[in-house]
Amino acid sequence: MSDVVEKTLSALPSLLSLDSNAGAGKLSSTSKLGNLIRGITELTSKHDEEKLIKKELAAIKEQVASPNTTMRQMKEIMVRAIYCEMLGYQASVSYIHAIKLAQQGSVLEKRLGYLAVSLFLNESDEFLLLLVNTVLKDLQSTNLNEVCMALTAVSQMFPKDMIPAILPIVEEKLTHPKEVIRRKAVLALYKFYLIAPNQVQHIHSKFRKALCDKDPGVMTASLHIYLQLVKESPESYKDLTVSFVTILRQVVGGKLPMDFNYHSVPAPWLQIQLLRILAYLGKEDQGTSEMMYDVLEESLRRAEMNHNITYAILYECVKSIYTVYPKAELLEKAAKCIGNFVLSPKINLKYLGLKALTYVVAQDPNLALPHQMTIIECLDHSDIIIKRATLELLFRITNAQNVTVIVEKMLEFLRQSSNDYSTVDLVGKVAELAEKYPFIKQDPLNLCNGMQPDIPNNFLRLLAEGFDSVEEDRQLRLFAVDSYVLLLQGETASLPQCFLQVISWVRTKVPIGLFPELSRYIFPSILLIFSYYIFSYYDVVLMFSFEYFGSLDTVLRQRAHELMILSQDAGLRGRVLSAEGRLEHVDSSLSFLDGHVSEALAAGAAPYKPPHQRQEELAHEKALSLEPYGLSLPVSLSTCSITDRLTDRQSPTRLSISSSVSGNSTELSLKGGSTTLKLDGVKRVWGKEGYLVQQPKEVVEETPLPPTELPSPLGSFQSPVSQTQTASPGPEPDQERQQLASSLFVGVGTHHSVCLMGRTEAAPQRFRRKPKGTGSSSGTSEHSSNSSHSSSGTAAGNTLDSTTAATGQQISQHALGHPPVNGNPIVETPGPLPPVRDGGVAAEIPTGHTDSGTLADPNEDPVPVRPRDLPLISHLPAELSGLARSKLTTLCPGPDPGLALSSCRVYKEDALVLVVFVSNNSDSTLHRVALRFTSKQLEVLFQTNTTFPIRFSENLPLTVSTGEYGKMWLSFSHDVKQNLRLITAGDQSPLTATLDTLRDRLHLHVVDIIGSEGIVACRLLRGQPCLLHCRVHADSLAVWLRSPIPEFPDSLLYHCQKALAEA
Amino acid sequence: MQFMLLFSRQGKLRLQKWYVPQADKEKKKITRELVQTVLARKPKMCSFLEWRDLKVVYKRYASLYFCCAIEDQDNELITLEIIHRYVELLDKYFGSVCELDIIFNFEKAYFILDEFLLGGEAQETSKKNVLKAIEQADLLQENLDFQIRLFPAPS
Repeated sequence: MSDVVEKTLSALPSLLSLDSNAGAGKLSSTSKLGNLIRGITELTSKHDEEKLIKKELAAIKEQVASPNTTMRQMKEIMVRAIYCEMLGYQASVSYIHAIKLAQQGSVLEKRLGYLAVSLFLNESDEFLLLLVNTVLKDLQSTNLNEVCMALTAVSQMFPKDMIPAILPIVEEKLTHPKEVIRRKAVLALYKFYLIAPNQVQHIHSKFRKALCDKDPGVMTASLHIYLQLVKESPESYKDLTVSFVTILRQVVGGKLPMDFNYHSVPAPWLQIQLLRILAYLGKEDQGTSEMMYDVLEESLRRAEMNHNITYAILYECVKSIYTVYPKAELLEKAAKCIGNFVLSPKINLKYLGLKALTYVVAQDPNLALPHQMTIIECLDHSDIIIKRATLELLFRITNAQNVTVIVEKMLEFLRQSSNDYSTVDLVGKVAELAEKYPFIKQDPLNLCNGMQPDIPNNFLRLLAEGFDSVEEDRQLRLFAVDSYVLLLQGETASLPQCFLQVISWVRTKVPIGLFPELSRYIFPSILLIFSYYIFSYYDVVLMFSFEYFGSLDTVLRQRAHELMILSQDAGLRGRVLSAEGRLEHVDSSLSFLDGHVSEALAAGAAPYKPPHQRQEELAHEKALSLEPYGLSLPVSLSTCSITDRLTDRQSPTRLSISSSVSGNSTELSLKGGSTTLKLDGVKRVWGKEGYLVQQPKEVVEETPLPPTELPSPLGSFQSPVSQTQTASPGPEPDQERQQLASSLFVGVGTHHSVCLMGRTEAAPQRFRRKPKGTGSSSGTSEHSSNSSHSSSGTAAGNTLDSTTAATGQQISQHALGHPPVNGNPIVETPGPLPPVRDGGVAAEIPTGHTDSGTLADPNEDPVPVRPRDLPLISHLPAELSGLARSKLTTLCPGPDPGLALSSCRVYKEDALVLVVFVSNNSDSTLHRVALRFTSKQLEVLFQTNTTFPIRFSENLPLTVSTGEYGKMWLSFSHDVKQNLRLITAGDQSPLTATLDTLRDRLHLHVVDIIGSEGIVACRLLRGQPCLLHCRVHADSLAVWLRSPIPEFPDSLLYHCQKALAEA
Repeated sequence: MQFMLLFSRQGKLRLQKWYVPQADKEKKKITRELVQTVLARKPKMCSFLEWRDLKVVYKRYASLYFCCAIEDQDNELITLEIIHRYVELLDKYFGSVCELDIIFNFEKAYFILDEFLLGGEAQETSKKNVLKAIEQADLLQENLDFQIRLFPAPS
């Protein structure tokens, strides 16, 4: 027995002898509770304890039943009953007497009676109804103590249906002269609000009175209610923001009585409560948030003492700052604060730092970067809780590049973890990631093999437990079953036992008929397993089949029947099993392709090399054998589904897709609404023979941009690879950890150029708008108005859906195909707001890029007319509407009054967005509008105010080495192959000439040219790369494109074709 | 707060307060699991646990573990301070409190807790006020004891 127990024992006699015990606890040696406790302490076995308690309970039962027991004795009995309950033995006989004691006892006995009731009974207990009258009586008592007790009891539990009976009296107590009573009344109402919100709706005004109570205790109590109210509907309480801010300012300023100080920090509980309320109020509300910036900053500043309580306030403060509408200065301070938490040697603070990071990385992944090494350390921390928190953090920063490493780490954790809940949670997360990043799912067997050998049992438990709960877990369970079955197939050594477990689980846990869908899913898998072990577990199989015979589901019944027959008929089994066995063994040597391969080789194709060999060659010899055997087939572009990514803010890239899919455009379903690309107005470039060469119909104003004005994109947008290399801090970090860090944090933070964590912000916006030549812009509007007059009177609504004829011209995309245009910008004429009509065009110009302009052309992109009374500004894309912006200016008050061009600047954190509105001022329907952008550095986002967004984009050269290229190549999943025409020019080889053309026109980076092969790289303005592998084959160029984005290769291919056609 | 548990280093429950209704069976299960988990942790480890869908904040004072379960969005550190304030209150009331005080006077510990936390929320954070409320009731007790000694009830 441990020394503490011994100490306890040795202390007992002196304690029990007489009043030697300090404080108010007096205990006579004859006290029955004393005897009981002593008796129990002396016992050594659980069994003896049970016997003793049984005896005790019997004694209690006898005593409470006796009519001679006084209330005073009853009180003593109750104490013992409570003790027995605490030890885990039910003393239900005493429940009713506890209520009686509360009802009939004197003040002191009442107090214990209420306590016993609150400990014995549950909210739903019927006994509680018996208490209502007592509470009612006590609430009306003149004895303050009794009122307090009743209110305390009510705030802990009260039958929901009985609230109306006592509500008026509790309400009345809100105006009681004693602050204790008022405070408890407020808390009682809080409890009522929690269990029956609609019952207390009418007294919300009284809560306000409580908030203004002169006693800080009552005010604090009212904040519990307000936190709930504000959480549920922040809109209704915005008007109170000023009050909360004022209160917080006073508290922080030390205006409260000293009593409320806790370790010389003024009322920390109150502060935290207020911070939480403010967070809810300021969430996504700039106006309200602005009111609280000052006080948030002050709280942050004041809380500097080195004590837990100040950290608690800081933590809450940081959370609030990140919840309310962002303000750069505050965010910076908060980020610093999080940094201190993470770096703290105190483990509790470290944990909270990780939690806070998890909370904020969603907004700014860069915040995690300075703490890479700490995070890596935490990943190996001896405390599993820290590990778990770190994984949670990693889960939030997962991207396509680091997902494999993170999943690996998660599986590693799963292997060690024995905690059911975190296993369930983590398996769920792995499943989620697998869903999100399909390429790790490609090999689920591998994923599961990683889980051997402890995980099967965890999975089993997961399955078993998940089954009692709700439907929404089904997906997870399906995944678990799936993985489990795969695992069983993979690992044969421990199979028999696992197999039996599965059987027993399925038998006991799947109520037949209740989850037919799931059973049906599992059954084939089970069947498969059976097929291997049918010999050894014949009887189990029989049992299993019999059970499923009773199933209502015909499919299940049939399966069971099949299984039954299978198990009985050995001959049949032999045949079936051999058939199944064949199914299991895929011909991995692909020998059936031999003929095809030899043909291809004969035709001049390069022999196939396995991936590892290719990689090796890439790394060592710089050889370029990325081409697979066989000729690449023309890719059917019509099958590409291009989805609108406008709403996807995480997407770092704007895709150029407007004209990339043009072949068979009429076959494309246009029903998808906002998610499908509309292709009307796009010219036909694909015929039966392939690409139809066409001369562009418009002549575009082109002025080459002087090279000095070309922005250096790599300065502001680093490629993922270089990012990680530069971002790892630490003086002499362990090589291995460094490596881990770079693999974990790869790609993190590249979406945002602004980093708040101790780094300077991105260069100030250099964007400057130059006055636009009036001539060109009025020309623009003239053109446009022409088109507006050519309206054919088609109803506005359906013009969008109609597919235009083959004469339709594509929305020109000279942005990509032409050299930069310098200074044909936009007039900044301040003018009156024109009546609102129509669609807008937004051009997004990233910081650091010089401006170019926009041009509109007659063309045919039909735009419906909108009601006049809508302000133009309301057509701003939703993602921009919340941001600061300039006034709307009319661009060209040109000769045509029918069409107006106006623009407005929207200041985004990382870019200046130029929104150009094209509006129809005439009464007639605007039928076709064509816009043409002649710009190099402009990223254009085209949007009419219907649900019809198009994006233009632009690629930038991606400077990588051959080695990096090889690595990236293997990691990208979306590829497209196509043959392009070769350009022959002078003394250059056709390959070099073609690649040079592409480089000049499309800004691609030619990484290397070896022999008849060349590799080229480029990326979108926002970082996503695309790699091209070109190989001269006969008189055409076989190009193989790969990118992490599915649409990019298609799009780029189109531009390559176009560029080469024009050359 | 969802519940508060006090238990000894031997895993014996000393006090339990449930602010969210639970079935008796569930209470026992939770207590058993939690006591095991907390006792298995080493002294230098983090005071916070993620347990089921809750967060558990625990702290050891001498031979007693104080353990609170809070919801996900609650502040762990302030909960740690709630525990500390409760210990301070007990200490003040009993005069350098030890486990035995709580074993033998657990109802008093409950009364103090009820004055400090109500319905799972901090009700009165002023130490003075909590103790005042308790002492008032105790005064009543002493008066009563005195009366009984002077005028014993007829038996």
